[in-house]
Amino acid sequence: MKATAWTRAYRRRAPGEPRAIGYVYILPALIVYAAFLLYPFGQAVWLSFVHWDGLTVATPAGFDNYRALFSDASLRAPFLHALLLLVFYAALPVAIGLLLAALMSRVRIRGMTFFRTVLFLPQVLALIVVGVAWRSILAPDGLLNDALRAVGLGGLARPWLGDYTWALPAVGIVGTWVGTGLCMVLFLAGAQRIPRELYEAARMDGAGPLREFLTVTLPGLRPQIAVALTLTIVAGLRNFDLIYITTSGGPGNATSVPAYEVYHRAFETNQVGSAAAVGVALTVLIFVLTVTVSRLVEGRRA
Amino acid sequence: MTTRLERNVTYGILALFTVIALTPVIGILSTAFGSQSSLDTGFSLPKGGLHWSNFADAWSRGHFGTYLGNSVLVTAVVVAATTVLAVLAAYAFGVMRFPGSTVLFHLFVIGLTLPQEALVVPLYFDLRYAELTDSYWALILPQTAQSLAFGVFWMRTYFRGSARAVIEAARIDGANTWTTLWRVLVPMARPAISTMVVITFMWTWNEFLMALVMVSDEAHRTVPLGLAFFQGQHSSDAALLAAASVLIALPVVVVYVALQRRFIEGMLGGAVKE
Repeated sequence: MKATAWTRAYRRRAPGEPRAIGYVYILPALIVYAAFLLYPFGQAVWLSFVHWDGLTVATPAGFDNYRALFSDASLRAPFLHALLLLVFYAALPVAIGLLLAALMSRVRIRGMTFFRTVLFLPQVLALIVVGVAWRSILAPDGLLNDALRAVGLGGLARPWLGDYTWALPAVGIVGTWVGTGLCMVLFLAGAQRIPRELYEAARMDGAGPLREFLTVTLPGLRPQIAVALTLTIVAGLRNFDLIYITTSGGPGNATSVPAYEVYHRAFETNQVGSAAAVGVALTVLIFVLTVTVSRLVEGRRA
Repeated sequence: MTTRLERNVTYGILALFTVIALTPVIGILSTAFGSQSSLDTGFSLPKGGLHWSNFADAWSRGHFGTYLGNSVLVTAVVVAATTVLAVLAAYAFGVMRFPGSTVLFHLFVIGLTLPQEALVVPLYFDLRYAELTDSYWALILPQTAQSLAFGVFWMRTYFRGSARAVIEAARIDGANTWTTLWRVLVPMARPAISTMVVITFMWTWNEFLMALVMVSDEAHRTVPLGLAFFQGQHSSDAALLAAASVLIALPVVVVYVALQRRFIEGMLGGAVKE
């Protein structure tokens, strides 16, 4: 009796449309998600406003930890490194990808599945494995130096990852290797979808290759460029594994990045509050950059 | 319309980038099959046949047998939990209308941009307080939560696009929401679900930072963590290091080659377009 009454009331309130039961379906996911993602993030914000060594009682810090991000050179450096690395992790892959898409946009490619599989491969390898592989390429007696010596450029050979000037670009090149395939795959797929007629029309109007790229290919690839930039920027800023395995932030702090600094401060030098502030600042940076990308590239309000 | 020259240039460039993409991979493979006595820390070509024994050594001496077991366990649980929880939640977000659903959904989407680095510090102290560090739970629970952000977003997009007529028809036939989901929608959603499964599998299998922070005893090490420690101890032993790398990368690469469309689709889908 009760059940039918309830069912009838339920039906009357929502003819054919289930409502309240939606919460029941969401609940299990929400519990796990709130307990192990939302709540810890709230704690991270709280921790960023205290001084804490991880053991004794935390003391309030006000904005000290955030002020230090600007005033303390050892905290400023990781953020500068991260921005510089974005040239290698995001700008270069997108630029290379666009250039190639421009060169190839007029040819229907056979065997695309094969090329796509291989070019995208760096994306699926564990970054720890990528780091191990590139460590041996960049090692003093590694592939790169061997190749340089073989072509008579032995003078350029150096321990790339141990060099104060070259360690950061060297780590950057590894990121370029990881990201380029992703951009190529995205742009090639996008370029193949641009209607051929647009190219023919552009050529009819006497457009050269550059004009053609600027008026047809580039606007046609807007959504793909936004996706590529978002993915590479987020991956580049989150990058911890590569730095840990190749340089551990060294030599000195030449390759230290915020992601590494969080780990280093929280678990190696017991500056938990400062580590949390770096983590929160990194979150804000990621947020600002991804919103900027979607506004600039896609031209819509985010 | 295209000339022979354009065609050749195109394939030339593709071939060049294929070689660049494969060089480190081939380097690792050739070193993994090389001889262990080689003092070269760089890549070396195997001399005197393939040394399969490197893999056996990595397995036993490097304890990668144990690490692989841990990785399989953690990954299986995370993937299973994420799949079930994400399908349930995304179903509600995708086909039901109820107050607060938009806000709740956006809470899940935020997780796609929150970097792990911001979460790992409080998570470590929370789990240490609960005496869960150095346990599988410390690896499983946070990674499930992080995978849910993608899973819910991904499956909700699918359920939104699935035909309302099908859901209506099921309802008229007397199916309740539970039956509609499992008997009608989930079988139809197999491609979308398998994309979510392979992406979650790859992320969990390759995860390093969480394992590094949460696990200090050898018994719970996953393979990426094992490799990092292995490199610390045997950095001169390039052949063993490379063999261990191959053991780690192989499962993901095999699945990737078989289902590459799903990987690419899923990874590109992770760039939120709201």
